[in-house]
Amino acid sequence: MAKIILNINSKKYPLEADPQMPLLWAIRDLAGLKGTKYGCGVAQCGACVVHLDGEAVRSCVTKVSRAVGKKVVTIEGLSETNSHPVQKAWQDIDVPQCGYCHSGQIMSAAVLLREKPDPTDQDIDDAMAGNICRCGTYLRIRKAIHMAAEVQKKAVKG
Amino acid sequence: MENQTLSRRNFLKSSAVTGTVFSLGFYWPNDAKSAKIIQATEADNFGVEMNSWVHIDTSGKVTIFDHRAEMGQGSYQAVPQIVAEELEVNLSEINVVFAPGDSKKYGNQVTGGSSTVRGSYKNLLKLSATAREMLIQAAATQWGVPKMECYAEGGHVMHKPSGKRKHYGELVEAASKLVAPKDVVLKKRSDYKLIGKPLRRLDTPLKTNGTAVFGLDKHIPGMLYAAVERNPRLRGKVKSFDDTGARKIVGVKNVFKVKMGVFNTYREGVAVVADSTWAAIQGKKALKVEWDDSGFEHLDTEEIYKRQAEALQTQEGLLFKTQGEPSEIIAKAAKKIDVIYETPYQYHAAMEPLNCIAHYQDDKLEIWGPIQAPEWVQDYISKEMSIPREKVIVNMTFLGGGFGRKAFMDYPHEAAVISKEIKAPVQVVWTREDDATQGPFRPGITYRCEGVISNGEIDAFKVRMAGQNNDHWRGGKKDVANRSTSEGFLKPYMDSIKNLAIMDVPFETPIPTMWWRSVYASTNGFAYESFLDELALEAGKDPLDFRRAYLKEERLQKLIDKIQEVSGWKDRKKGDGYGVAITECFASTVAQVVKVSRAPAGGVKIDKVWAVMDCGWYVNPDTIKAQIEGSVVMALGAATIHQVKFKDGMAVDNNFSTYQMPRITDIPPIEIYIMDNDADAGGVGEPGLPPFAPALTNAVFDLTGKRIRTLPFSLQAV
Repeated sequence: MAKIILNINSKKYPLEADPQMPLLWAIRDLAGLKGTKYGCGVAQCGACVVHLDGEAVRSCVTKVSRAVGKKVVTIEGLSETNSHPVQKAWQDIDVPQCGYCHSGQIMSAAVLLREKPDPTDQDIDDAMAGNICRCGTYLRIRKAIHMAAEVQKKAVKG
Repeated sequence: MENQTLSRRNFLKSSAVTGTVFSLGFYWPNDAKSAKIIQATEADNFGVEMNSWVHIDTSGKVTIFDHRAEMGQGSYQAVPQIVAEELEVNLSEINVVFAPGDSKKYGNQVTGGSSTVRGSYKNLLKLSATAREMLIQAAATQWGVPKMECYAEGGHVMHKPSGKRKHYGELVEAASKLVAPKDVVLKKRSDYKLIGKPLRRLDTPLKTNGTAVFGLDKHIPGMLYAAVERNPRLRGKVKSFDDTGARKIVGVKNVFKVKMGVFNTYREGVAVVADSTWAAIQGKKALKVEWDDSGFEHLDTEEIYKRQAEALQTQEGLLFKTQGEPSEIIAKAAKKIDVIYETPYQYHAAMEPLNCIAHYQDDKLEIWGPIQAPEWVQDYISKEMSIPREKVIVNMTFLGGGFGRKAFMDYPHEAAVISKEIKAPVQVVWTREDDATQGPFRPGITYRCEGVISNGEIDAFKVRMAGQNNDHWRGGKKDVANRSTSEGFLKPYMDSIKNLAIMDVPFETPIPTMWWRSVYASTNGFAYESFLDELALEAGKDPLDFRRAYLKEERLQKLIDKIQEVSGWKDRKKGDGYGVAITECFASTVAQVVKVSRAPAGGVKIDKVWAVMDCGWYVNPDTIKAQIEGSVVMALGAATIHQVKFKDGMAVDNNFSTYQMPRITDIPPIEIYIMDNDADAGGVGEPGLPPFAPALTNAVFDLTGKRIRTLPFSLQAV
């Protein structure tokens, strides 16, 4: 066990954790932020995606020690008012069904839109193929990402 | 009045309603159809606790109970959308609370069979309209004006001549003292402002910022975490275990053998209790367990299908329905079709793995979890652990998918047993590997379909299925054929085909099996609708025209007209790669056309799916579309990507690395239409699934001449 400090959503969390513990469980069980989900534990489903210094990482296979000194952003910290362009598009199109995978879907999509503000379908396939949705909301995810890109463009211009 | 007070106190606690409350509920003498609307004061007379489906407090806030699980299918949206319509309130003013498990108060709460709306909408409409009329009456009395001069809108009662208005919150006290009218007039469908509209779901914002609480997200003060190493051979037992390594893991508190019910038998494992999920999982990995395989080590999928096919050659089976002389005609026919179809075992694979919190105390047990069937959990645990049923309290959370698996009682039972052992609240977390390998699974089915065509018509039609029967696990009679043989197959065929037999050859294996979205229709649909395509070909008829000739009902003719029109069916040329299928599931009928073409890299690709849904009366067309989109994706996975294989008594694939799932790259465009008619509401969450696989394989045949009779098949390999 080691005493560590995690910076999650711009807040400091002093924690006592096994350095080998995946970041996922530190976020959920130790910091008590339950929006990031456990889906497979082996980086296959994307339900656990968070941002580590701005990069989308699978927190289920990222050791908590790797996050020390870096900025972790989880779904709870993506925006203060549920208003990131991706969140807004997800709401407008009613993307989620059960909703379990969508923290990860939204976190993956947010990085895609920062890197490629006007993504093609191929860009979306490349960025989102690592996120499984068992409810099968994929067509809406695609549509919502295109919509979020439009919203983001307008916000930049405006 | 004790009950009313109790009820209100509990209610205040759960939903933060303040002040005087006007509430209406149901009394369920036997079943939902005969539910009686009651007020809190009447509940005493019926000896029930007031269930208060609709509450309005003095601030005008409306709180309603969702009596069903929300697992993605949209009950959290559908129930309030129905209530808000007749109650005349804005959807945004409604607060939705999950009703705890209590079938005496909430009727049948098992979320299955696509039954939330179709099973309760008439009651909900009437209840909401009754509440509205009482509020209007209260206002009219206060104003001293005739009730007929008043109407309700947007959470207010209006007096038309004077323009006076009162907020519902100002009327709740007076309304709660009125006697509920017996017969209220419901709105005409054409006057609906909310029902039938594609309104946004109330739960969506909770699901875009991480605030929706799923079972795995629930936390109880003092709660520990447990992971369980269960016998990989499904129902085998623990012989011995060495927990030295597990106990060395920092955070591990306790290790012990645990036994949990699986239908009428038990599964054994070793539980590791720890102060974090991660420590529990690490401890589980460090266990050394010697298993007693109890004779299951020889279980093998290939062997199962071989034996099922043999059974279909040697046994007639149990008769579900017959008419005419199908067997005689088949025996004498110079030419007959006699084919075998196979559908695979399937894993539910909800994105939220199984989990459950239990807190066992001296005289009661409290459960929190993603649960489809709270009343079954109460029944089962009460019996297994000798706790009075009313002392088993089941609290609901959002479900991260269910698909039938979370209607089962093993995981709450296991959590309860562990909590009892450690005398503390505990959350049992199943790893993905646990979830993928332990079942229950959708059973693997083999069909033998025999038919004779004479003069372009079906002269004889005989379908027999061999496979495990989900209803047998649950105590269904084994010596009579049940719905397993016919679900999915449109009933009019059973009247219009002169010589017909549908039979069941029951087959048993130790594999636990359970409902999987759309249940028997999910496999029957493939066999029946592929076989009809083969018969149409033999008859030299267009596959859709051929079906139309047997489906005379006006509703079905209109459905066929629609799918024909939207898919451009008549404009296609033979060999263009079009396939059609029509199935029935939980009182709704869905027709789908799939279009395929040769993929540039080889194999076949799906260009498009058209779906037409006839579910009668409906609430939210966008929810219906979402459910069909999801059903098609789930069917696509089961038809072309994954199956559960057993070898040496164990499920082979244990995570998404080998049990591959459909991904965003696999999904074709899906165009969806909903029929408008005045029929009673049918199911929405499941009926979109069964027609996809046969429509796809029929399309593959049209394109390539290759008939797919075993699922899953590889699109790339065709």
